[in-house]
Amino acid sequence: MHRLTIPEEEYMLSGHTACLGCGATIAMRYVLKALGKRTILSIPACCWAVIPGVYPHRNLEVPLLYTAFEVTGAAISGIREALDVMGKEDVNVVGFAGDGGTADIGLQALSAAAERGHNVFYIMYDNEAYMNTGIQRSGSTPMGAWTTTTPGGKKRMYKWEPKKSVAEIMVAHNIPYVATATIAYPEDMISKLRRAKEMKGPKFIQILSPCPTGWRYPPDKTVEVSRLAVQTNVFPLYEVVNGKYRITIKPKNPKPVKDYLMMQGRFRHLTEEEIARIQKHIDENWKALLKKERCSQED
Amino acid sequence: MKMILTGNESAAWGARLSRPKVVAAYPITPQTSIIETIASFIANGEMDARYIRVESEHSAMAACIAAQNTGVRTFTATSAHGLALMHEMLIWASGARLPIVMSVVNRAMAPPWSVWTDQLDTMAQRDTGWIQIYTENNQEVIDSIIMSYKIGEKHNILLPSMVIEDAFILSHTSEGVDIPEQEKVDEFLGEYDPAFKLDPDEPAGFGSLIMPEGPYMEFRYKMALAMEDARKETGEVVKEFNEIFGRNYSPFVEEYRTEDADAVMVVLGTIGSTAKDVVDNMRGEGYKVGVARVRYFRPFPVEEIRNIARKTNMLGVADRSYSFGPGANLYAETKSSLYGFTDIPVKNYVMGLGGRDITPKILEKVFKDMLLISKKGVVDKEVEWVGLQGDERWS
Repeated sequence: MHRLTIPEEEYMLSGHTACLGCGATIAMRYVLKALGKRTILSIPACCWAVIPGVYPHRNLEVPLLYTAFEVTGAAISGIREALDVMGKEDVNVVGFAGDGGTADIGLQALSAAAERGHNVFYIMYDNEAYMNTGIQRSGSTPMGAWTTTTPGGKKRMYKWEPKKSVAEIMVAHNIPYVATATIAYPEDMISKLRRAKEMKGPKFIQILSPCPTGWRYPPDKTVEVSRLAVQTNVFPLYEVVNGKYRITIKPKNPKPVKDYLMMQGRFRHLTEEEIARIQKHIDENWKALLKKERCSQED
Repeated sequence: MKMILTGNESAAWGARLSRPKVVAAYPITPQTSIIETIASFIANGEMDARYIRVESEHSAMAACIAAQNTGVRTFTATSAHGLALMHEMLIWASGARLPIVMSVVNRAMAPPWSVWTDQLDTMAQRDTGWIQIYTENNQEVIDSIIMSYKIGEKHNILLPSMVIEDAFILSHTSEGVDIPEQEKVDEFLGEYDPAFKLDPDEPAGFGSLIMPEGPYMEFRYKMALAMEDARKETGEVVKEFNEIFGRNYSPFVEEYRTEDADAVMVVLGTIGSTAKDVVDNMRGEGYKVGVARVRYFRPFPVEEIRNIARKTNMLGVADRSYSFGPGANLYAETKSSLYGFTDIPVKNYVMGLGGRDITPKILEKVFKDMLLISKKGVVDKEVEWVGLQGDERWS
């Protein structure tokens, strides 16, 4: 008999209100499987503020504090300190926020919470735009993408700036644990969450969570898109433990970025030249990451 | 125990005696010495609380909300721009029915920059669902913080409270304060008993999405009922506090020599003590004037204001802020309470903005203007700015 690599317990019930094929929903399911019942969630304005269902329905079997858009870092700090002062140090406190709420409006509160060193998890489920409000550009939207606020038009006004690397910003806070993950690699994600659980202090995990509605691909392709993001080095999977980098999945023969881009309507407009520019950007990022891994592992 | 304390030290003592378990704080002049005093209480082991040094007032309120929702008593303090930055979370705190207590030191809003007293900051938060109490002296600061926990934490109320003091006039001015005994405060407040909390053993969600046919409107209606209950409970709590701690607070409005007064000045905060002094002098000269110092602005003391109107011929409302449009807020609330109940003249005197001194001489002139109107029975001008540069009338 095979040993199960993913916990059987479910803390996310069926009947959520997300779009078909939602990557963020899969992310939540795995996060809760990894962290277990004694977990308190804090969720700001984002898709997940709606996904649990309309009052009085709720598809999560853990306590949940909905909060304002920009306060996740402050909210998890407050929950943590209150729990500790009541002697409930065994309870996991998890901020679960989108990329807008993390890379943009919530970055200040997140930075401060990380610097103060509270014993909390911050999960950024990254669907690379303001998806709950209907696909607007965020700082985490990748280079070349169409969104409703980078609609192209005659002037080809797409999102040309590089994606902000929140994981690297968090590494700069000298916190014990930073990692990236994505839903196509659940064992990798769960082992990272479990490793994080063993550490005291702020733990930050950025989970690439493909969004069929905003990325413009068929809902049954979510896992495939997620896997391709890793196999093309668009979204490398790594962890940084006390400053030491380790790439957890290294594609042997990385696929062309074009394969990833052309699966998604949000990149359909790109010219060969633009694709080449994005490929170059991705290659440089990958090389830089390999260097960081090598340098940080040296003594 | 008697101590010489500033208003801000009194606020810190009020917090200390109420035993909050989480304090989240961010500095801003003229509030800073409240959170500095609390930091030294905690550092010296005199206060047992977690102290979260947040990066903004917005996060201070967010952290208090999350901590209080987890099941502990919380405290924070702010002023002016910090309070304005909190606005979103103030509405969140009351909507989430969390009885947080916060000290607010009234300070002018920029531009131009001014750190001196002015009540626009708290007036602009009138509609956030917080109980608002304006204090007149340092004793009232410390006592009001303790009473605010007691009132807000009642399960039929569950509303947050702002305990408000004027910048510098109270915040940085020392006077003798009677520190209530810790044992008596403990007995008065009791252990914090949250009505609900985040608990993995009884998982619940707080603040989820509601459709128009869902109970959003009912939640707001229940808050309105709670604010009305706060009106009743405050009377009881103030009475109990007076008996236990030997004070003499009237719950909503402190009336001073209003019996038989031809004109009564309605005020908030420290204008009250200057006005009372002026009243004593003028009474000595035969002028029949009085003062009504409004303590609770939310809930507003509608009945009390109507009762005062019944026994006088004129009300002059002194405001230390302005609401651009109809006149200042205390005036607007006073007049709104009186509409249909009396036809005595009511005039608004706007004064002391940005910390401009409100002297006994100015108030005496205002009282004399009020007496003139009281005799005529009509106001010359509904809103009058008092003490503008170059205006010799009030100097």
